[in-house]
Amino acid sequence: MNPAILIVIVIVVVLVVVLIGIYNGLVQRRLRIDEAFAQIEVQLKRRHDLIPNLVNAVKGYMGFEQKVLTDVTNARAAAVAAGAQGPTQQAAAENALTGTLRSLFAVVENYPELKANENVLALQEQLTTTENQISFSRQHYNATVLDYNTSIQTFPAVLIAGILGFVKRDFFDAEPEAANVPNVDLSLS
Amino acid sequence: MATRSSFYGQISANKRNSFLMAGFVVAIFALLGFTIGYAIVGSPAGGVAATALALGVGSITGIATYFSGDRLVLTVSGAKLVDEATAPQLLNVVREMAVAANVPMPAVYTIDDTAPNAFATGRDPAHASIAITTGLLEKLDREELQGVIGHELSHVRNYDIRFSLIVGVMVGAIAILADFFLRFTFWGGMSGRRSDRDSSGGNGAAAVIAIVAIVLAILAPIISRFIQLAVSRQREYLADASSVELTRNPYGLERALAKIGTDKEVLEVANRGTQHMYFTNPIKKFEARSSGLMDTHPPILDRINRLRQLTGEAPLEASDAAALAGLD
Repeated sequence: MNPAILIVIVIVVVLVVVLIGIYNGLVQRRLRIDEAFAQIEVQLKRRHDLIPNLVNAVKGYMGFEQKVLTDVTNARAAAVAAGAQGPTQQAAAENALTGTLRSLFAVVENYPELKANENVLALQEQLTTTENQISFSRQHYNATVLDYNTSIQTFPAVLIAGILGFVKRDFFDAEPEAANVPNVDLSLS
Repeated sequence: MATRSSFYGQISANKRNSFLMAGFVVAIFALLGFTIGYAIVGSPAGGVAATALALGVGSITGIATYFSGDRLVLTVSGAKLVDEATAPQLLNVVREMAVAANVPMPAVYTIDDTAPNAFATGRDPAHASIAITTGLLEKLDREELQGVIGHELSHVRNYDIRFSLIVGVMVGAIAILADFFLRFTFWGGMSGRRSDRDSSGGNGAAAVIAIVAIVLAILAPIISRFIQLAVSRQREYLADASSVELTRNPYGLERALAKIGTDKEVLEVANRGTQHMYFTNPIKKFEARSSGLMDTHPPILDRINRLRQLTGEAPLEASDAAALAGLD
């Protein structure tokens, strides 16, 4: 066989193998993002399910502060609705919900009967752990997104990522911690 | 930025050190086997055979420990498995930190003892267990508990649990090998070899090897034990740093260390064989706070001050640590 043809064949084979390697690497990174996002969603769903229980448990005691409760209920409904709108909107709605929950727990502090209520305490613990798990899985999700976004924008994957339909993914934004201090009206009339 | 880079620097330096040290322990083991074999048989071939035998026996005990060491440690420590009904908050915190560390949920045990302490064991993250004393659960708040669990799960994620199981066995095997050789030399080997040497007209090289073997047999157990302890101390720093990486909150762990450090209760179930696994050294020296070569853990104050380095705060003095425990 002509050596020139042989060389060309070898080059083509090597190129194909390298391309397959890059493509599989990208697919794997993208799958990791989806897996990490599923982890967040499990926790978000759990939080959505816990909130009505909490609202029912405290409703009887909190005659004066119905607004805090309706805020939580509305924020929950908004967060559930935002579930289908992609990470950015969803993160915004969930952060708003976190804010209203903090206000609610701050109000609970003012009611000694509530603070001593076992049911409320158990719900509070469950919501705390769910919230922590949300923020830890969010860290993990954002790390996988950063990893993927970096790889599709750097050589050599950048050459083929666009053609093969690998697009940048959004971060699940962390709330700005300091900006979300609960603002509770303590003037009981 | 500076805190972040020094933090990752700490982790990679720790990993490098412990790999080096593990390699060193294996090298000591092989060298000891070789010289002992050479000294007994009188030829390098005997050395090679003895090395192979030593490594073989070492691997068999290593494998046995690898698969059942964790159950042994848990039983010896009197650990009881907990469920949702008995310790819901503990399980929640472990679950959170498992999500943060991206490891499977480990089995969670409690030890009925008022001294606050904790340890992790197992062969890999999929077969890991965490044990916490009831004293720890009572004395720490949620944030502090998170710091401690983060520390223990870092041992799991960094494979320290496997490392401590295997290195523990290696150090034990070196001690047994050296002991065996020394007894053999003094009670039987000497006379047999002396007549051997007389008949062959004396062999300078064999005599030198015999002396080297005796010296090694005396030094190797001590050196390997020092290395194990140095690795153990390094790994504690690494786990503290990793815990902060997971919780993003150095203050919980700092307060937990201060509380546990100033606690005067003694953990009865801990012994010399299990002390290196615990969160803080369960065997307390009330008089001195020196960092001796034989310590399994770095001094608590030093650990607190390394955490404060991460946040850029001024280091504490011995008198301040007690004050820190009072903070809440």
